[in-house]
Amino acid sequence: MSKILVIAEHDSKTLNASTAKCVSCAGTFSGLEIDVAVFSTNGESLCTEAAKLQGIRKVLRVDAPVNGDPLAAVLAPQVAELAGEYTHVLGPSTTFGKDLMPRVAALLGVNQVSDIMEVLGNHEFRRPIYAGNAVLTVKADDNRKLVATVRTASYKACDTTGEASTESVSPQCEIPTHTRYVELKAQASDRPDLQTASRVVSGGRALGSAESFELIYDFADSIGAGVGASRAAVDAGYVPNDMQVGQTGKIIAPDIYFAFGISGAIQHLTGIKDAGTIVAVNKDAEAPIFEVADIGIVGDLFEVIPALKAKLAT
Amino acid sequence: MQKILVGIKRVIDYNVRVRVKPDGSGVVTDGVKMSINPFDEIALEEALRIKERGEASEVVVASIGVSATQQQLRTALAMGADRAILVKEEDAVSPLTAAHVFLKLIEKEKADLVILGKQAIDDDNNQTGQMLAALWARPQATFASNVALADGKATVTREVDGGLEVIEVDLPAVITTDLRLNEPRYVKLPDIMKAKRKPLEETSTEELGVARTGGVEAIKYEPPEARSRGVMVEDVDGLVQALKDRGLF
Ligand SMILES: Cc1cc2nc3c(=O)[nH]c(=O)nc-3n(C[C@H](O)[C@H](O)[C@H](O)COP(=O)(O)OP(=O)(O)OC[C@H]3O[C@@H](n4cnc5c(N)ncnc54)[C@H](O)[C@@H]3O)c2cc1C
Ligand SMILES: Nc1ncnc2c1ncn2[C@@H]1O[C@H](COP(=O)(O)O)[C@@H](O)[C@H]1O
Repeated sequence: MSKILVIAEHDSKTLNASTAKCVSCAGTFSGLEIDVAVFSTNGESLCTEAAKLQGIRKVLRVDAPVNGDPLAAVLAPQVAELAGEYTHVLGPSTTFGKDLMPRVAALLGVNQVSDIMEVLGNHEFRRPIYAGNAVLTVKADDNRKLVATVRTASYKACDTTGEASTESVSPQCEIPTHTRYVELKAQASDRPDLQTASRVVSGGRALGSAESFELIYDFADSIGAGVGASRAAVDAGYVPNDMQVGQTGKIIAPDIYFAFGISGAIQHLTGIKDAGTIVAVNKDAEAPIFEVADIGIVGDLFEVIPALKAKLAT
Repeated sequence: MQKILVGIKRVIDYNVRVRVKPDGSGVVTDGVKMSINPFDEIALEEALRIKERGEASEVVVASIGVSATQQQLRTALAMGADRAILVKEEDAVSPLTAAHVFLKLIEKEKADLVILGKQAIDDDNNQTGQMLAALWARPQATFASNVALADGKATVTREVDGGLEVIEVDLPAVITTDLRLNEPRYVKLPDIMKAKRKPLEETSTEELGVARTGGVEAIKYEPPEARSRGVMVEDVDGLVQALKDRGLF
């Protein structure tokens, strides 16, 4: 019998939306049982939440004092140990999953399939390469364990009406002490999370300064949107790194994406191609962003944004 | 600290618009500009800065690739690396094989720190550094945007989805680079001349005794589903109307 283990991502309080997306992906394999592993210090409420993920068989609760922080070096040997009973181990292609899963794969002696965007068979997948300029179909050896990350933007979260059972497990393995968590510097924000927001407003180099970027925040707030940015805007220090959208930042799939003063480099576009509608505002009619935009307007963002805000408010 | 090992992968230059071959067997590489993977340039720059601060004695760059990868290794030497190793391979190797190669090189070179890119921009795998750290049974600090070394430890700031995460790792360790770690230096002409005299050693996976690990086979390359070009509107009124027509507002 084939079985999939999905590694849950969370912040100690609630599950990250990537977990429900991984479960959705797992659900597109055929004839497999899906279990979800939750690693934390006290996973009671997280496991209650995980048990509701539609389509899973059970939740593995892995409580241990060392599991308080998301450290790949600490989690990987435990995941590898639990993997013994499974044919497939899936994690999200968020920074958490990208850090952890290859370490698990190496401990299991297998290569990893990164960024599954489509499951063609239990060992055959499609994944983007070259910043999304090509899509590669890969076939994994069906005699080996499959370790993979799931491109979360390709999947909708599964329903949460399930009633799976929870089982406590304690993998027996040596946990290294060579890696220590210090802190997470996060900017507190009430805005919708970039990776799950249905509306996203992004700004590029054209904003020119952190002060001007307020225009983007202000417009985003007026329509209840999350905020993103191009690499150029992050590099220039207008906004923090966690707002970067693209090949090497966040891959997102909002219903509507506004790109203000973003040229549309391939590395940026790969992060937004699953967006429902792309709106581009750029003063250069030749900007490549217009090749992918659903609605484009050639204009100065400093004039367009205030006018747009006013009109959408009425 | 003694020695830093840096990975240098030869990839299609990031400015090239990559195209899939009509028969789906790969992407077009004929006549296409090849460069050092941008994240590996950042890795090398970081190693050089560590050495220039007096915190390392030698920077060795290594690549697994075809003979022509010498070009990228010469560029790395011109940037300031002391020595280069080319592990000659006609075919692309998997991340796990690359990790096994780096492990052998660590043993051979007695490296104390390995800096790789967070991902190679061809396959976008983002695996090799993490795999190497696992095989080596040493710490990994991936997606680094700041690295500080002291007392046999590295304090690394990591670019994660939630913001900036700081971890402390004992050395030896593997660090993988993110975009904001540094800005790589430009190579100057005299350095290119000097680099010609720097040692570039060649070996192979067979010579190193590394068995290849496959298990994930490339079947078919396809161009991505294209997004069709949409409508251009004249002004903000047109934009608002288009949004309303689509039921988005
Ligand atoms: C390895 C690698 C990885 C990368 N990863 C990413 C990534 O993940 N995400 C990402 O975004 N980039 C990434 N990049 C960078 C990418 O190649 C581009 O450099 C970047 O996206 C450009 O940002 P931009 O569009 O804001 O700036 P620019 O390209 O400078 O474009 C600014 C645009 O603003 C327009 N403009 C100027 N003034 C106004 C105005 N007043 N009103 C309206 N429009 C105006 C201009 O016409 C121009 O089109 C990566 C690059 C490399 C090499
Ligand atoms: N063939 C190779 N030669 C040199 N370095 C490599 C090679 N493959 C991977 N690497 C290193 O590993 C990093 C991550 O690669 P990947 O896991 O393929 O995305 C790269 O940025 C390089 O530093």
